[in-house]
Amino acid sequence: MDFNFTEEQTLLENMVTSFVRDNYSWEAREAIVKTEEGWKPENWNQFAELGLLGVPFAEEFGGLGGSVVDTMIVMEQFGKGLVVEPYMPSVILAGGLITSLGSKEQIDTIVPTIISGEVRYAFAHSEPQSRFDLFDVKTSAAANGDDFILNGFKSVVFGGPIATHLIVSARTSGEQRDTDGITLFLVDKNAEGITMQNYPTIDEYRASEVVIENLKVSKDMVLGEVDKAYDAIDENIDKSTIAACAEALGVLQILKDTTIDYCKNRKQFGQAIGKNQAIQHRLVDMMIEYEQSKSILYMACTVDLSNTAERNKAVSAAKARIGKAIKYVGENAIQLHGGMGMVDEYMVSHYFKRATMLGILFGNVDYHMKRYSDITQANVTKITDNLTSHISNPNN
Amino acid sequence: MDTTFSPEDTKFQLEVRTFIEENYPKSLRESVNKKRKNGEELSRDDLTAWHKVLGAHNGWSAPGWPAKFGGAEFTPTQKYIFEQECARGECQYIIPFGINMCAPVIYTFGNEEQKAQHLPGILSGETFWCQGYSEPGSGSDLASLKTAAVKEGDHYIVNGQKTWTTLAQHADWIFCLVRTNPDAAKPQEGISFLLIDMKTPGISIRPIYLMDGTNEVNEVWLDNVKVPVENLIGTENQGWTYAKFLLAHERSGIAGVARSKKAIERIKQIAASEMSYGEPLIQDPAFMRKIADTELELTALEYTELRTLAKASAGKGPGAESSILKIKGTDLQQSVTELCMEAVGYYANPHMGTTLSNEFVGPDYATNLSGAYFNFRKASIYGGSNEIQRNIIAKMVLGL
Repeated sequence: MDFNFTEEQTLLENMVTSFVRDNYSWEAREAIVKTEEGWKPENWNQFAELGLLGVPFAEEFGGLGGSVVDTMIVMEQFGKGLVVEPYMPSVILAGGLITSLGSKEQIDTIVPTIISGEVRYAFAHSEPQSRFDLFDVKTSAAANGDDFILNGFKSVVFGGPIATHLIVSARTSGEQRDTDGITLFLVDKNAEGITMQNYPTIDEYRASEVVIENLKVSKDMVLGEVDKAYDAIDENIDKSTIAACAEALGVLQILKDTTIDYCKNRKQFGQAIGKNQAIQHRLVDMMIEYEQSKSILYMACTVDLSNTAERNKAVSAAKARIGKAIKYVGENAIQLHGGMGMVDEYMVSHYFKRATMLGILFGNVDYHMKRYSDITQANVTKITDNLTSHISNPNN
Repeated sequence: MDTTFSPEDTKFQLEVRTFIEENYPKSLRESVNKKRKNGEELSRDDLTAWHKVLGAHNGWSAPGWPAKFGGAEFTPTQKYIFEQECARGECQYIIPFGINMCAPVIYTFGNEEQKAQHLPGILSGETFWCQGYSEPGSGSDLASLKTAAVKEGDHYIVNGQKTWTTLAQHADWIFCLVRTNPDAAKPQEGISFLLIDMKTPGISIRPIYLMDGTNEVNEVWLDNVKVPVENLIGTENQGWTYAKFLLAHERSGIAGVARSKKAIERIKQIAASEMSYGEPLIQDPAFMRKIADTELELTALEYTELRTLAKASAGKGPGAESSILKIKGTDLQQSVTELCMEAVGYYANPHMGTTLSNEFVGPDYATNLSGAYFNFRKASIYGGSNEIQRNIIAKMVLGL
C-alpha cells in the first residue's frame, strides 16, 4: 500500500505549482478573464515548453506517457489557481479521443501539433436534450459519396472559443438514444457549415454553442470506426471526469484553507469567530469533506480503468461524492466569510463558482448516484441469480 | 383550530386578485422581464412603480402600518392573503427599507414632525430609503459599530463608513446607527438612531459588485456630514433599542413563503421542459423527490408563519421566534434557486448580460439561474446571519 507520488510525479507537481505561483497571481488571473479571448496564449506556450501538453500522450507520439494520476496532479494544481486555459477539454478529453480512436496516420499528424501547442481541439458533443447521457445524440451525419453531411446543434462546448478545431459527434445510424451509431468527425472550426456563438461562463471560463448546417466532412476525417465511437467517448469522459474531480479537489482545498484563515482572523464580539464551537465544527466538517473527496479520488485513479464496469462505477462514486463535498464546502466557505464571501472582488466567491460548475460538469450528483446504483443494482441481480440457482440446486 | 378563510377573507382575496389584474403596470412587467433576460439591473422606476400604485390605494403599500398613519392595517390573515396574491401575480417586491424597517421605528419612537415629514413619502413610494447598519468591522457584532456622531450646536457631525448598504445608489435617505457616546459602559448604550439625507455634503457611495456581477450593495462613506439634531429618533443613546425593534420587524417579513411557493411552480415548469434520461425531468424520481422535500418543508414553514401571525394579532409583537422564519425561510429561498439551477443542467454555465456576451444562448428560462443561486447565498448572511439567529433562539427562547 503506497499513496506517495513517484519522484517524477513529485517533480511534475512542483513544476505545475511553480507555474501557478508565478503566472496565476489573483491580479494576473483577473487580467486574463477580463480580456475578450478569456485566455492567455503565452500560458499555453509555457505549457508546451514545460511538456504539460504532452503529459497524457504515449512516448511513441512524443508525449510523456502519463497516467490518470499524472493528469490528476496537473489538474489539482490548476484548480488551486483557477487556471482558465482549457487544458482538460483540449488535452485530456479531445486528446484522449484522438489517441483512443485515431488511425496511426491521424495520431502521427495531430498529436505532435497538440503537444507543441499549435492546435487545440474542443469536443462538441452535448446537446440540449442529452443532459448528461453520452449516447443521446441527435446531430446527424449522412454519407454522401466521399463525404458526410452533418446537421445539428451542440450546446455548451467548453473551450470552444479557444479551440482551433472541433471533434463533432453525430449519429450515422440508429435511434437518438442508441449507444451504437455514433461517429466522431475532425472538423476545422472555420469550416463552412459551422457557426459558433461564444460566451463567458458564470465562473469566467469560455464555451460555445455550435450550429452545424450542411457541414461537409470528408470520410478520412472520421475519427475511428463509423458508428462505433461510444465506448471511446465513455472512456474518455470518465478519464476527464477524474480530471474534473482533481481540479475540484484543488478548488476545495483553497476554499477550506481560506475559510479557516478567515475565521482565525475575523473578530466579532471581541474574539476571532473561529473561537465559536458552532463555527469550529463547521470547519472540521469542511475538512472531513475535503479528506473524503481526496480519498475517493485516489480510489478512482487506481482502479483498473480498462474494465468498463469497474471504471464507470469508480468514476461515478468519485464524482457523486465530490459533488456533495462541493456543495458543503462551497456554501459554507461563503457563509463563514459573511458579506466578504459574496463579493466579486474577493477570490473566495470565484472558487465557489468554479467548484459549483465543476459539480455539474460531466454529470451532477443525481446523475452519478443513479449511474453508480444502476451498476451496483446489476451486480445485486447477478448475486441474487447465483443465489437462486444455488438454492434451487442443492447439489451445487 | 380552524385554518379556513372566513367569507370576508375570501372576498378580500378576490378583491386583491382583481386589483392586481387590473392595476399591475404592464410596462413594469415588460421592463422587468426584459432586464432579467438580459441580466440588466432594475432601475429606480422599476423598483418603485408597483409600490406607487399600491401607495395610492388604501395604503396597500404598507400592509402592517396602523390606519392612522395611512397604512392598510391588514389582519394577519389579510397580510398572508395579500402576500400570496402578490406572489401569484408575480408582482415586483416592495423595497423593505422604508416600509417595513424605518417607518415602524418612526411611527413608534419618532416625534410628530418626523412622522409628518417622512411617513407620507415612504407610503407613496416617492422617497427611497436605505439602511446604514453594518460596518466593515461590525457585521454580526453590530453593537461594535464605530461611525461617530458628535454634537456641535444644533447638528451632529457624522464620520465613518457603512457597508453592504443595499440600493444606496437610489436612496434619498439613509437611517443610520451611529455612536454618540464612545464612553458608555456597554457598547449598546452609546448608539443613536439618525435619519440622514443622502444629498448632504460629505456622503459618497462606492458600488460593491456581488459574485453574480450585480451591484445591489454599496459602501457608504460619511465624511464630516452635518445632520440636524431634529433628525435624531427618540432619545440619544437609545438607538440600540430601536434597532432591535426594527430587526424583529425585518425578520418577520424575511421568510418569503409565498414567493418560494411561486418559485416551486416555476421549477416544475422548467422540469417539464428539460429532458433527463430521455424523459422530461419532471418524471425523474430523484429530482421530484427533492421538489417534494422542498415543498413540504415550505408547507410547514407556511403554518409556522401563520402561527406567528396569529400570535402577533393577539397583541404580542414578533418575538425571538421570528428567527425561525428567517432561518427556514432563507434556507428554502436558497433551495429553490439551487433546484432551478440544477434543473437546467449545462445551461447553468452561460453568463449573459456581460460586455462579453451580447448574444443570448440557451432556453429563455435558463438565463442566469446560476447567478440567482450564487446571489441568494446572501440570504443566510444578511438581516442577522443564520448563525446569529440561532444564537438569538438559544438565548431568548431556550434560555441557554
